Amino acid sequence: MDCERALCGTAAGRGRTSPRDARPEAKATAPVATSLDRIPAELPRPARVGTGPAPLRRVPLPLLLTGLCLALPVSLLCGAALGASGLSWAEVTRYLWAGLTGGAIGPDEVPAYTIVWELRLPRAVLAAVVGAGLSAIGVAVQAMVRNALADPFVLGISSGAAVGANAVLIFGAMGALGVWALSTAAFASALLAMTLVYAVARTERGLTPLRLVLTGTAMYYGFSAVTTFMVFAAERGEAARSAMMWLLGSLSGANWAAVPIAAGSVLAGLAHLAWSARRLNALAMGDETAAALGVDPRRLRRELFLVSAAVTGAVVAVSGAIGFVGLMVPHAARMLVGADHRRLLAVAPLAGAVLLIWVDVLSRVVLAPAELPVGVLTAVIGVPCFILLMRRRAYSFGGI
Amino acid sequence: MRIDIDALTVEIAGARLVDEVTLGAADGELVGLVGPNGSGKSTLLRCVYRALRPSAGAVRIGGEDLHALTTREGARRLAALPQDAVAEFDFTVAEIVAMGRTPHQGPVARTTDEDRRVCDGALRDVGAAHLAERGFLTLSGGERQRVLIARALAQQPRVLVLDEPTNHLDIAHQLEVLRLVRASGPTVLAALHDLNLAALHCDALHVIAGGRIVASGTPDDVLTADLLADVFGVRAHRVAHPETGALQLLFDLPPAHPAP
Repeated sequence: MDCERALCGTAAGRGRTSPRDARPEAKATAPVATSLDRIPAELPRPARVGTGPAPLRRVPLPLLLTGLCLALPVSLLCGAALGASGLSWAEVTRYLWAGLTGGAIGPDEVPAYTIVWELRLPRAVLAAVVGAGLSAIGVAVQAMVRNALADPFVLGISSGAAVGANAVLIFGAMGALGVWALSTAAFASALLAMTLVYAVARTERGLTPLRLVLTGTAMYYGFSAVTTFMVFAAERGEAARSAMMWLLGSLSGANWAAVPIAAGSVLAGLAHLAWSARRLNALAMGDETAAALGVDPRRLRRELFLVSAAVTGAVVAVSGAIGFVGLMVPHAARMLVGADHRRLLAVAPLAGAVLLIWVDVLSRVVLAPAELPVGVLTAVIGVPCFILLMRRRAYSFGGI
Repeated sequence: MRIDIDALTVEIAGARLVDEVTLGAADGELVGLVGPNGSGKSTLLRCVYRALRPSAGAVRIGGEDLHALTTREGARRLAALPQDAVAEFDFTVAEIVAMGRTPHQGPVARTTDEDRRVCDGALRDVGAAHLAERGFLTLSGGERQRVLIARALAQQPRVLVLDEPTNHLDIAHQLEVLRLVRASGPTVLAALHDLNLAALHCDALHVIAGGRIVASGTPDDVLTADLLADVFGVRAHRVAHPETGALQLLFDLPPAHPAP
């Protein structure tokens, strides 16, 4: 593998007109390249096929952050304005203004106002919260288990939450809690799943990355089996359908009541991760390296496990298991600003928030009045973007 | 700064991997640990850079108990080059070296000019300044090792712990790495596989076998034919380097036992 890396590393010399032309020659000289002393001080730059000879590796952070900070409110506005019932922009802004300031609207406008203020806006806000949470936790979990393929669901917590939610949807469990039953059950069973995963994965050497991933994956299948069984055992077809919707992830149940708990958990999680950004860099380099850098890897991994579980639980409780965001956004952000968690944790949550708002808008309008599961669209949009970025930027992770 | 390991013992799952090891390194010395595979060198060093807690005994740095300091305070005095350098993510060389500043910075503090100066200096010291913007994953083995040494130097440690720093390096880089850490200033404690390298560079050598120290002293005193036969199971011939006169060893396996 080292040879392959050396090949990539020397394929495009600086100042060459075409990186492609340089390839055969680079192959011929690659074995020499492993000896430093024979390399001139002006080293050839890594191949950036498609971006020309200049090593335009990263997007400037201030530019990217400014762009995302502007895109977020615009996206929220669009989330409130776009939908199946065609309201004009003027109407939408008037209702939003009325909602914000408590202004008056005419009695005949109440249905339209309700659509904008009570349905679409909380939904867009929740999409932003969920997108930010999943993206940030994706970054954290990938560093925690030191695996580029990890996502927030690899710990098995989301499928644990699904068990609780489906118990409510299908069997009407916890009916006494009324409208709160679903999210309470989901969150409670997420915490239960977390405790179970922690207890099984824990050894006297603490939580080790591979054990965490294996335990989480095993639990994921276990909980999924329970959910599937419940769907099959259900007598009511409609309940099974909404259980399915919930498994694939959906924001259709969004209302203002769901926002505070989800937003609070996500913001608290983001604060902890921002506080830990430097320690995450050290942890990503290995437990022993982290220890040598003054970071206690066991303690950090324990903290990350708790934060990830709590945020994932809170997010899944309001939106189901929306896939792909937590895997793709961290990688896309890494391609744009590099692997340093201080930059990564600034960009990934904003990008995830904007992405999910638009995905949700699309899921409402593409087959209107029917709604597509969000997970379908995150994949439809995400996969091509991901492949494009990966090919254009000669992105490497895991040494590949 | 002086480092002392005092009656250090490590027991894991009932097995005694390190058994009451006592050794020290004076300020500025390069002290080598040699021993066959599985002798406990790495386990001992892991206790020193605090990836492992010893079952008994102490590590003292400048007279202070290392395990009584916070991990951050400890990392300001002692840096290490562990063997586990995994790189799952595509950090640049500059980012890797900047991690060496972790114990000197608050969690949300911005990178200061001082940090930048130290990191640039560390990269220059290892002759890798031109690699700063390269991705770590695109580097060769020798380049990676130099960058990791730069990260350890950016920690501005008083003591540097190296676990097999010359692994996977070609001969020129093996010679260079030890010269480099020697020139960089801190007291160095290094586990080494190559006995000739150890003989050339170390002020003192400790031979470990079965978790115990079996010999200590200057390379010339320690690396005797008898000891090498006992500990490593090889026949060694001591020769003088034709130019420098330094001790070098030639090895072969003992003759096979005759068939009964």
